[in-house]
Amino acid sequence: MTARARVWLFLVPALGAAALFVWALTGLPDFGHYRGPYGDVVNARVIPERHATSAVAAVNFDYRGFDTIGEEFILFAAVVGVTVLLRLERDEHEESPRDRAERHASIEVADAVALACIGLVAPVLVLGVYVVTHGHLTPGGGFQGGVILAGGPLLVYLAGRYITLRQLRPKGVLDLGEGAGAGGFVLIGFVGLVAGAAFLENVFPLGSTGSVFSAGTLPVINVSVGLEVAAGITLIVYEFLEQALIVRAGR
Amino acid sequence: MTDVLQALATLLVAASAVGVVLNRDPLRQAVAFAFFGLALFLLFLVLQAPDVALSAMVVGAFAYPMMTLLTLAKVKDRSG
Amino acid sequence: MNQLPYFLAAWLFFVGLYGMVTTRNFLHLVMCLGVLQASTYVLLLEVGYRAGGTAPIFKDVPRGTRAVDPVVQALTLTDVVVGVTVAALLMALALQAHKRCGSLDPNDMRPMQG
Repeated sequence: MTARARVWLFLVPALGAAALFVWALTGLPDFGHYRGPYGDVVNARVIPERHATSAVAAVNFDYRGFDTIGEEFILFAAVVGVTVLLRLERDEHEESPRDRAERHASIEVADAVALACIGLVAPVLVLGVYVVTHGHLTPGGGFQGGVILAGGPLLVYLAGRYITLRQLRPKGVLDLGEGAGAGGFVLIGFVGLVAGAAFLENVFPLGSTGSVFSAGTLPVINVSVGLEVAAGITLIVYEFLEQALIVRAGR
Repeated sequence: MTDVLQALATLLVAASAVGVVLNRDPLRQAVAFAFFGLALFLLFLVLQAPDVALSAMVVGAFAYPMMTLLTLAKVKDRSG
Repeated sequence: MNQLPYFLAAWLFFVGLYGMVTTRNFLHLVMCLGVLQASTYVLLLEVGYRAGGTAPIFKDVPRGTRAVDPVVQALTLTDVVVGVTVAALLMALALQAHKRCGSLDPNDMRPMQG
């Protein structure tokens, strides 16, 4: 079947589906007139019950914490998938970084870029840690802060210091960090069981509203998720970068 | 005022989505996608969702283009 | 026409789907998938929006201010980050496909023999 015919085969049913979709959308309540009671209940009860000022974080890690465990493990599985897919195959061998550096000697990073990147590594890491630890107070949390933290190693790579970074052998630490983050979340759930309440119930002391050490398990879970997301994304970037050092036999 | 902002943000998102799809070359599309991420960030901000806006910004302007560029670099390395 | 903002979700969905169907490059496909996913985020957030409401963060805000729905925001926010990791997985698949067949074009993928 030609490409043209395939596009037409798609367009005609797609228009029908679009018409149905739009008709379904007109059945929703009017935009701006939020009806459901659940959101209002959560907004009213978040500060008295959990001493957390961010209702979104409280829903994510406390009221609906079990769903977040599932989502975190989707992320974990995707990182494992990337690692498995990009593994060293039987007919490939790894080129030593020195040879590669010689081959690419002509590619030099401009001084301004290198300076800017090295200068930004520390602020980005501090910003990431801030966003992770203040997730229960202001917008932010483990997921966003983890992605920001993963930007630190990437800036080092952009500054042309990848070979130095690689000599640190970060893969073991990254694997450990990711596992610790994912397992930590489940462990905190078990702490609830051990304390005699339900799995993942908020059993830590609640503290005073507005301070960093408040809202019970929320900051701890935020740190655990932040660790996992940061390690996971850095691992993905690392696997892609390692592909550069793999040479197919016989080329 | 809020209505005007929402209408503008909606139009920006719709236009940048078309820009992402119509750019066939992944290298150019990565930049278009970063702009799409920015438009989504503005829309989510106007819809009073700062957490989601932060997520969308970080993901759309940082993670997606970075991974696309890394994959493109590896593909070019291999075939060139 | 009070449901007009919802049509953005339909627009994003079908624009992304068209891009995926007519793609000639795996990486282009992954980013069109990103556009498709954005349609669900937009629809979720617009369902939870309340006119005149403020963000559901109550720091330095007097108690009792009407806020928008936090539940849909919680759903969307994890979804966004997980979506990018799945996109990374798809790009790794595209890289392996390139290793096997030498091209990133879906039309060049032949069914496996034997």
